Amino acid sequence: MKYAFSFLAVIALILIAWLGSQIPGMPYLFGVALPYLAMIIFLGGCVYKVVQWAKSPVPFPIQTTCGQGKSLDFIKHNRLEAPSTNGEVVARMFLEVVTFRSLFRNTKSEIHEGPYITYESSKWLWCFALIFHYSFFSIVVRHLRLFLDPVPAWIGWWEFVDGLFEVGAPTWYISDVGLVVGCLLLFSRRLITRHVRYISLANDYFPLVLIFAVAVTGILMRFFLRTDIDIVNIKQLTVGLVTLSPVIGAKIGSIFFIHVFLVCVLIAYFPFSKLMHFAGVFLSPTRNLRNDSRAVRHINPWNPKILPHSYAGYEDEFREFMVNADIPVEKELTPSKDE
Amino acid sequence: MAVPKLQQLANSVVQGPSLATGAIPTRDWMDIPVAFKAGNYAYPAKKEKVEYLNSQSGLSFPNAREWSPEDEDWKLPAGWQDIILRGLKERLEKFRSLKIFMDCCVRCGACADKCHFFLGTGDPKNMPVLRAELLRSVYRNDFTLAGKILGRMAGAREMTVGVLKEWFMYSYQCTECRRCSVFCPYGIDTAEVTMMIRELLHLVGVGINWILEPVSNSNRTGNHMGLQPHTFKNNVEFLVDDVENLTGVRPNVSFNRKGAEVLFITPSADVFAEPGLYTAMGYLILFEAIGLDYTWSTYASEGGNFGLFTSNETMKKLNAKMYAEAKRLGVKYIIGGECGHMWRVVHQYMDTMNGPADFLEVPKSPITGTVFSNAASTKMVHISEFTADLIKHGKLKLDKSRNSHLKATFHDSCNPARAMGLMDEPRYILDHVVDWVEMPENTIREQTFCCGSGTGLNTDEIMELRMRSGLPRANAVKYVHDKHGVNMLSCVCAIDRATLTSLMNYWNPDVGVCGISELVGNALVLEGETRGELDEGLRTLL
Repeated sequence: MKYAFSFLAVIALILIAWLGSQIPGMPYLFGVALPYLAMIIFLGGCVYKVVQWAKSPVPFPIQTTCGQGKSLDFIKHNRLEAPSTNGEVVARMFLEVVTFRSLFRNTKSEIHEGPYITYESSKWLWCFALIFHYSFFSIVVRHLRLFLDPVPAWIGWWEFVDGLFEVGAPTWYISDVGLVVGCLLLFSRRLITRHVRYISLANDYFPLVLIFAVAVTGILMRFFLRTDIDIVNIKQLTVGLVTLSPVIGAKIGSIFFIHVFLVCVLIAYFPFSKLMHFAGVFLSPTRNLRNDSRAVRHINPWNPKILPHSYAGYEDEFREFMVNADIPVEKELTPSKDE
Repeated sequence: MAVPKLQQLANSVVQGPSLATGAIPTRDWMDIPVAFKAGNYAYPAKKEKVEYLNSQSGLSFPNAREWSPEDEDWKLPAGWQDIILRGLKERLEKFRSLKIFMDCCVRCGACADKCHFFLGTGDPKNMPVLRAELLRSVYRNDFTLAGKILGRMAGAREMTVGVLKEWFMYSYQCTECRRCSVFCPYGIDTAEVTMMIRELLHLVGVGINWILEPVSNSNRTGNHMGLQPHTFKNNVEFLVDDVENLTGVRPNVSFNRKGAEVLFITPSADVFAEPGLYTAMGYLILFEAIGLDYTWSTYASEGGNFGLFTSNETMKKLNAKMYAEAKRLGVKYIIGGECGHMWRVVHQYMDTMNGPADFLEVPKSPITGTVFSNAASTKMVHISEFTADLIKHGKLKLDKSRNSHLKATFHDSCNPARAMGLMDEPRYILDHVVDWVEMPENTIREQTFCCGSGTGLNTDEIMELRMRSGLPRANAVKYVHDKHGVNMLSCVCAIDRATLTSLMNYWNPDVGVCGISELVGNALVLEGETRGELDEGLRTLL
């Protein structure tokens, strides 16, 4: 049901863009107004979200140590997994963000007769995630060509590497295939892996279907539906968007508007969804704190003033027992009246 | 509550209706209500304990009453939904971790089969991700745009009594062991989520007795066990007698002594019951061997802190005794005994909550001269760090053959491993005192499995649950028992010493449980000792 809803939603979005862009005058809505609106929502939303997160303090150092902490000289410190300096934290975060180090650790457990529980390395999720995210990233980078004039040379080199296999004409990019395959793998995993299927929400299927549709419409536009897809014309519009002087010259094919509309929906949806994990990972206190909390005091800005049950109160309650047991006391017993 | 026979439970774990073994529930988890029955919940806190705690300055424990989870009506205060939602809002503003963990989860499922409760019970709501969704669904409903607009379609749901009951059930089927946070790509830590849910539940008077009674004991008498000063002293002196009987050397001890160099604090369980007693004897022998100038305290006679399992305010109040007593006695620094959650509090909370301890000095071993710069600010050293340093400098005369009756393995306790990074110090000590082997690699160090009864769940009425959640740990022990003939499970945690004993008795009856310091005490050659052949080390009955 939840995934079916996601498909229906994306199909509806495609229809809206397809039919909508046919109406005279509407290309300006789909090609100019909505991209601006989506971008404003995206930037504003992301900034708002990050500021909201940052407004809450990190009261306690709750780092998760995944290796030996720094202690005695002869105990080998695991500098990446229990970092004690800012540099080591940066290295830990870098590997987390760039290589998905925590996912790399993933294991799959099975319960057998006996019972015997076994754990074996399971790198599928890590592998799927890498394919998906790096393809997505590469595609975003390549799209910069459309917004920059002149195009920086390094984007050309990037495209060269991405299209290294030189299959087809125009050349298929590895990242195009990667994104489509990545979406399919992650989506299938949600359906097939029983516990993941049970926890998946519509919010989990929808972005995958949406990104899949973005990728497919992009590929269709590049390779198959070339009617009225004039790159010079499109670049005039996209550069115009960046320079705040957008114009739609000649007619542009519907597939372009569908693609752009889906992208607009994606980036407008971004700040309000789980996709914000791309920013949240940097702020995660279990990963981005130094494990030096006994060496350097961490400050809690709202540290409440709470005093312990006082020693004086304790001694008052137990003084007699303490004196009888030869435990030192601050105040001696007061002799009772009849003595 | 009767615990099922071993074979019954063994079969049930494998064949029972469990998501972990392949059974897929047909209904969405939001549509499955919790059902409380004897054996699946810990007893609620006694009215007088809640009242006592509520009367203490800085603490708030409202709505003290008699109630049972099995009752339809939990006698919640008027306007309880508001109380919960306001409490959630307040915590979102106070804890960045909560906001991030509510917003960032992508439900990738990497955490699911990492949880010992999920592996042992197969209950989908014991997957860390779903445990967090219990709270996240309410968060979405009241604090996010998508949840407000799309409702259940976006995974949102209203705060109802059913949800509250679910929170109670599953926040007390989590031991805050943080194993899931090791595997989460965003470091989402279910311990944080569980802590928040438990705090919220206390706002409406929902808590368990096995936690709040030790908390009130600790507040009043200084320790969880409720030992009054003279009893505490007596208990330690019994151990002094035992050491003298076994070794011919009578360790020197003192209590609440001003001007000692070191204050020693360990979980009170170590002076209360086996096998912790032997660990405490190990401390006594060690300190005697090096002639340490130290004192015990009856006021700060608890290393552990069940406040950690209650609320940050309670944790702070209980923990504050350590520095208060160190200051009163005028010691230079504190050495802490073997305890898991105690060391999470000491390493990650104490200095922030109750520091700066500027009246203490940076810990320096009087024997080796080593300065413990990793504890420069808290001024508190772990007994394993202290002991490893002594061994490294050749200050201890150790006779490993005195542990030749043992083949040991080592259980990393959750908190020292994942909230401190204390992994190799105990191993270094073990290398010098006993013949030992590691358990399989996915069950040790940062991937260690909880004993299954931490965070105040070591109560007998939920024994079946404990035996289930402890299964992953027990199973790894069984592996090395079968393969290497391991007969002793060593650890650096007082809760472990109690709970793993029950766990071993059930799953691996041939394996005992001990603290590292017991093994040190066994092997340590004291000057002037008249120790005979002790077949079972400090456990030998004379």
